[in-house]
Amino acid sequence: MTEPARPQSAQRTARDQSAQRTARDQRAQDTALDQSAQGTARDETPPNAEAAAKPEAVTYLEAIRQALQEEMRRDPCVFIIGEDVGAYGGAFGVTHGLFEEFGEQRVIDTPIAESLIVGAATGAASLGLRPVAEMQFADFISCAFDQIVNQAATMRYRHNGKLSVPWVLRCPSGGNVHGSMFHSQNPEAWFFHTPGLKIVAPATPYDAKGLLKAAIRDDDPVLFFEYKYLYRRLKEELPAEDYIVPLGSAAIRRPGRDLSIIAYGVGSYYALQAAETLVKEGIDAEVVDLRSLVPLDEDTILDSVRRTTRALIVHEDWRRGGIGAEIAALLGEKAMDYLDAPILRVAGRDIPVPFSPPLEQFALPTPERIAEAAHRMFK
Amino acid sequence: MPKTATKPDTSPDTLLDLYYCMLLSRAFEERLAILYRQGKVLGGIFSGIGQEATAVGTSFDLREGDAVFPLHRDIGVALTRGIAPKALMAQILGKSDGLSGGKVDYLHSGDPALGVYGSTSMIGSSIPVAAGAALAFKLKRTNCVAVAYIGEGGTSTGDFHEALNFAGVHRLPLIIVVENNFFAYSTPVAKQMAVENAAERAAGYGMPGHTCSGNDLLSVRHLACQAVQRARDWLGPTLIECKTYRWHGHSEHDDASYRESEEFLEWKSRDPIPRYELYLREREVLTDEIAERHRADATREVDEAVAFAEKSPYPEPHEALDHLYTEGEP
Repeated sequence: MTEPARPQSAQRTARDQSAQRTARDQRAQDTALDQSAQGTARDETPPNAEAAAKPEAVTYLEAIRQALQEEMRRDPCVFIIGEDVGAYGGAFGVTHGLFEEFGEQRVIDTPIAESLIVGAATGAASLGLRPVAEMQFADFISCAFDQIVNQAATMRYRHNGKLSVPWVLRCPSGGNVHGSMFHSQNPEAWFFHTPGLKIVAPATPYDAKGLLKAAIRDDDPVLFFEYKYLYRRLKEELPAEDYIVPLGSAAIRRPGRDLSIIAYGVGSYYALQAAETLVKEGIDAEVVDLRSLVPLDEDTILDSVRRTTRALIVHEDWRRGGIGAEIAALLGEKAMDYLDAPILRVAGRDIPVPFSPPLEQFALPTPERIAEAAHRMFK
Repeated sequence: MPKTATKPDTSPDTLLDLYYCMLLSRAFEERLAILYRQGKVLGGIFSGIGQEATAVGTSFDLREGDAVFPLHRDIGVALTRGIAPKALMAQILGKSDGLSGGKVDYLHSGDPALGVYGSTSMIGSSIPVAAGAALAFKLKRTNCVAVAYIGEGGTSTGDFHEALNFAGVHRLPLIIVVENNFFAYSTPVAKQMAVENAAERAAGYGMPGHTCSGNDLLSVRHLACQAVQRARDWLGPTLIECKTYRWHGHSEHDDASYRESEEFLEWKSRDPIPRYELYLREREVLTDEIAERHRADATREVDEAVAFAEKSPYPEPHEALDHLYTEGEP
């Protein structure tokens, strides 16, 4: 499976944008949600009006914001809940401007209470709304662990399908931002293990926007792991049209013949860098960006590895019991006969993510470690 | 803002309906204890016998669209909100006609169409979810309320604090019913909290907290109706502490030897059902004949529920895979 073709960005004038917005405002008044409590001092120029007039590359962070904004405009049931997401615009600025546009009823600041954030999202989702909740840092998700694995993940099952829990939980993840061990974690494996949840982890602005939109429209609880390291590092021109990236479809980020590097999230970013090094050294690596962990696109993984006959799995999360172990098991079960080398994993070392730069560099995967592992597979 | 009726309906029919809800709950749970001893119940039974006035009085006057989050001891809430005894009995016996089709035990399931949502066994964790339901009502401006049930034991949890604090800040249409039965499993209330009444905790969340006799249906109902009206009028959440007593152990296997028998007998003498009967007779609503008929009706309904549940098949093994996700397995 390859990445879906991206529609050409359409040129749109600021005037078109403005006209659309008026229509949208009209629609908003007809919606189920009461708009009367919205901020009165609305910014009549949407923050991205200029960008829409003249398509510009947007950052990974901006792509997430666009997805939130567009989905909130499209569906009055979508609302945001989290710490400092309101007027402040979020710890990283992801929700900047949304409070001004949608008001405090739909961009809800909470006390420091992660369990409440997720629990309230579960309750509101069970009653038909579509909350997009935010953990200020993915690390803090452990404070909401019970609400995710026991409440949300079982809610639909326990009620025998008579309700669903369409929430999204955004989790700014990962290291290499000098965050130390409580602001650098990648907690996806804890939830990958839990039936009833879906998990996505985009590696590009295009995917961040498309996957977030798909996650918001999905009827099941979706954990959305986004990467602080990529927030402002990646820029990409995005289609002006509405699009989604469906859950459960991996992308071949870079085709190659000799080796499959299977990665996701920031790991895909490092894997692509490693692949560029490797090709100069005579190894043509294919990079499979999973994008979605649950559902997992097993077909694309298996197809790639059966072609290249070598599998190197990369993630920044800890190695032991990580996603890589599951993928290695999948390959062992379904592609063993095709393998010309042992399956290798390059992942975060099994230590808390340390603070001091040399220690952190040692703990986390780097393009160099990935390339070095790839070379070992040809010895 | 639409105002709700200030005073609860006290017409004879309504008073007898309340009576029947308590009788049905009592009869249902007495039968559960028997079924348990007969080895017909595979899981645990968490009896709410003795607490019926709290369960019925706080849920009876709710309307369609309201949401309740009963705890494991709140069979009375589920029945009062319209869960069919047959479906509930099949649920408890793990049968395919149960609320969850056999997927989960006891009151961990519910019926969204009736506004009844199942809890988990992690005490306290339903309160944030109930707060989320109340938040949904606020965002949708639907004028509905959510009711979260918690024991006094559950008021010690972080989720209780997080949810009540949030509900207070956002003035959510949420009622928190604290069923104070003096024991968290075996731990007496003195080892659970340093205040005398759980209602005192409400002050920290900027919401009113009331304490009443949880065995007095009229007091419970009076406070519940006030709180519900307050919530419907967008004035915010209320905590109602109902002091009551569970007659049985934490679960049927527990002989509750940790409590003084004098204390138990004292509370047993305050049985909420005869207490309410006294009131009904004073109001000349209840006669021996009417009481007998209501008791017989409750017994018959429970008989039918047991017969239905015992006949209901177990689910097919593959049904274990159903309904985890909206569209099959990912």
